[in-house]
Parts: sequence; structure tokens; C-alpha cells
Amino acid sequence: MNQTQAHAWSPDAVTREILEELRGEIGACMQCGTCTASCPNGFAMDITPRQMWRMVQFGMLDRILESKTFWMCSSCYMCTLRCPRGLKLTRAMGALKRLARQRGTWKIRKNSAFYDAFMENVEKYGRVQETSLMPGYFLKSRDPLLPLHYLPLGVRMMRAGKLHPPSSAQKGRLKELFAKVREMEEES
Amino acid sequence: MKYAYYPGCSLQESAREFDVSVRAVMAALGVELVDIPDWTCCGASAAEPVSALMNYALPARNLALAEQELPGLDVLAPCSACYLNLLKVNREVVGNKDLHARVNEALGASGLNYRGTVGVRHILDVLVNDIGLDPIKERIVNDLGGMRVSAYYGCQILRPYEVFDDPRHPVSMDNVLSALGAKPLPWDMGNKCCGASLMVTHPEVAMHSVAAILGAADGSDAVATVCPLCQMNLEAYQHDSAAGGHHVPILYLTQLMGLAFGLEEPSVLLDKNMSMDGSMRAGIRSRAWRHEAPGEGDETLARET
Ligand code: SF4
Ligand code: SF4
Repeated sequence: MNQTQAHAWSPDAVTREILEELRGEIGACMQCGTCTASCPNGFAMDITPRQMWRMVQFGMLDRILESKTFWMCSSCYMCTLRCPRGLKLTRAMGALKRLARQRGTWKIRKNSAFYDAFMENVEKYGRVQETSLMPGYFLKSRDPLLPLHYLPLGVRMMRAGKLHPPSSAQKGRLKELFAKVREMEEES
Repeated sequence: MKYAYYPGCSLQESAREFDVSVRAVMAALGVELVDIPDWTCCGASAAEPVSALMNYALPARNLALAEQELPGLDVLAPCSACYLNLLKVNREVVGNKDLHARVNEALGASGLNYRGTVGVRHILDVLVNDIGLDPIKERIVNDLGGMRVSAYYGCQILRPYEVFDDPRHPVSMDNVLSALGAKPLPWDMGNKCCGASLMVTHPEVAMHSVAAILGAADGSDAVATVCPLCQMNLEAYQHDSAAGGHHVPILYLTQLMGLAFGLEEPSVLLDKNMSMDGSMRAGIRSRAWRHEAPGEGDETLARET
């Protein structure tokens, strides 16, 4: 079952807005492929960056949302540095992540689980507390095997004294800012 | 010289050795660091995929605090992601009337406002351009004696904004290392991506980059970094066969500077580096690489023939 396709025909306002912004940013792409050739994670993408920009130009929302390409972007800015048209491609990959998150299917929520957990941690503590970030991520990812993957690393970090109990020094410091931004983004 | 210091979250958590060594080295060079009071997270690479406005408002909050509480001082940010996020506000928000107004509207909720007057500087920029290599050389007590170091710059300090070095062929860290008496090794991995947060979301993909970088560092006594995420990604998985079985200490540039300035291991927190084992520590302590003649039975040399 592909949930993405079922929704793709009636894009809501926020989705349309992000897509329009993207089309504006990517409009000048001349399909030279420099971005694809520069990307260190291209081997793991199902649609190459160059193809992705074509799909953005054509507004192919359903195909874009099916892709995992933008989740493979590590924000290394190599494509942005090299694009002969000077397009802000890393920023566009970020906007694609937001676009997908906006349309959140289960698959997408799994991909954005870490970013969501991170932001929740920031909202709560003001400064990221690594020891509570990872459990937050595990919960959101709903993958029972995930903690096992990080166990050996956790043990080594503990041995090196790298883990600390969460500090509450800045707790709640960002509450107003988060609330305000949420309110502003909902009404725009 | 005086800076508004923005440590960032990692430097208070798993990367304390970076924070401690930055403060120690700056003090040794006569530079004063004043922490930005009440600073909060810059959003790292997680804000952008979640909220376009938060991506700017979080770092802008810290610049607003610096502008208000520490007027006239540049902000010094050792972490690459923090540096880029703060710099991004100056490059993308200031000068964009609508966006600037929106960001300030958000900040207004907690009584803050950013006018856009604060300079944002990376530690490598400050070392090379404000302090300069000569004062660094003058401070050396026990030089690194030809230690073979690969300088790892990573992504975000030079891209997309080309502020203080050439993103295609960076040299600033190599120059500092040479000044310390190390021997920077030529390699083409210095500006490759370590995978950043992809190491958490899709580790099997990021591991390819890590394996390639560690493989290219074979024959180095250490890799020097200026980013907590690069440092973590390059050292945390060295035990993992997917990372290629290469073992090399991944040290912060400031830890190496501290050692050359005559600080002892504990004061640059060498014990926090997970990639550091007994023989590597002994090598660093005795400057094993000083004796380059073959057949001396030196462990560091024996490792790579
Ligand atoms: S490098 Fe720029 S112009 Fe070339 S294909 Fe990529 S986005 Fe288009
Ligand atoms: S910024 Fe993203 S898309 Fe661009 S080269 Fe880097 S990983 Fe690839």
C-alpha cells in the first residue's frame, strides 16, 4: 500500500507553498548533473539530485514524496558549492524533508524521527542533552532493535566519561520561542 | 583580544575535551573568551528539516543575546554546525527584510531582537587571521616533533560560505599544524563529508564515507579535526568492521595545540578520546615519531610499513 499516492492529488496549502518556493529556487537548473556527481551519498539515493530538480520543476509531488533521496542528504553543501547556476541545493534538500514531513506517512515519520526527537529535546532542555535525546529517538522510531545497535557505542562512551545526566540549567528556556514559531507557521 | 564565546551543546556533552582544550589554548594565547549568557541550542542540522523559521530563530536568539549583552565582540564558535547556523543568520536573514522581520517577531516572544551587527567567527579563522602563526609558534614548549597528522576540515566551516579558506583546497589547519612542528600529510579527504547526522538516521550509508576517510588516513599518527560531529563519527565506529578496521586517533586541533604548548594530557582531556589506546597515548607522550630511523622498534612506525 502506498499511502503517499492516495493523498498526492489534493495538496494542502502548506505543501503547495513549500513546493512553490522550491520551484522558484530550482527554476534555473540546467540539468548539467554536477550536483549528482558531487554528492557523497548519491549511491544510496533512488532518484539522483539532478532528476529530483527536474521533478521539482514539473511539480511531480507524488514521485518526490515516494523518494528517499532527500533523507540521504547529509547537508555537506558540496552540490551547493559546485552548482554552476549557484542554486541553493542543500537548502532545497532541507525543504524537501519538510515537504515530506508535512505529508507524514509512517515511512516518513521513521525518517524524520531523529530530527523530531532532537527538536523536542531542544524545546524541553534549551540545550541538547545527549543522554535523553537517544531514548527519545528510539521511542519515535518505534524500532525495537534500534537501541541494540547503539548499545556498544553507548558502553564505550560511558567508559570514556562522555555521558552525563541531563542538565536542567536551561530547561524551559525556549518555551515561548517554540510556541510563537508554531503559532506563526500555522497561520502563514 | 576578546570574543563572545558560543560553546554549543556538544561541547557541554560528549565533546567536553574540545571545550576544555579551546579554553586552555585561548588562555595560553592571551585571548579572553566570555560565554554568551543564557545561550541555547542553535538547532544543529535538525531544525531545517522540521521548521524553516526555527532554523533561523534558534541561532538568531544567541546572536541577539551577544549583541545585547556583549556589544562589539565577535562570536567565536568552535563547532562547525554551530558556526554555520550562526553565520547563516547574518548571510540569509539580515538583508532580507521580510525574513528578518519574521525572525524578530519570533524572538520578540522572549523580549529579544537581533539587529544584525555581530560578526561570526570560526576558531580556525581566529587562529590563523586574528592571532596568527607567529604567536602560536612563540608559545610552543614541546613541539610535535614531526608527528604525521592528516588535517580534516569537514564540510560546514568552508561550505557554502567561503569565508577564511578555499573550500576546494583548504590550508589553514595544515598551516597551524606545521607551526606546531607536526608534519601535515597530503590527502584528498580533508573536505569530504563524514556523514554528519546521517550516521544516526542511516548509518549504513554514512559508514561508507567514514571508511573511505579512515582508509586514506592510514599512515597518519593522528587525524586533526575542529568539529565535534566529525570527531565522533570518525572515532566512534573504528571498532565496527563496516568502518574498515582502521585505527587512528582523532584529536581536536586544540588538543594538539595544548600538548605542544606543554599542557599535560589531563588538561586537554586526552582520556575522553575513544580512539586513544595505550600505545597511541605512549606515542603521544614520548613523541615517538621524533625518531624516524627504521628499526627502532617504535610501535607507531611498526604499525604501517
Ligand atoms: S549542478 Fe545545478 S544546474 Fe547542474 S543539474 Fe545540479 S542543480 Fe542543475
Ligand atoms: S548537500 Fe546533500 S545533496 Fe548536496 S552533495 Fe551533500 S549530501 Fe549530496
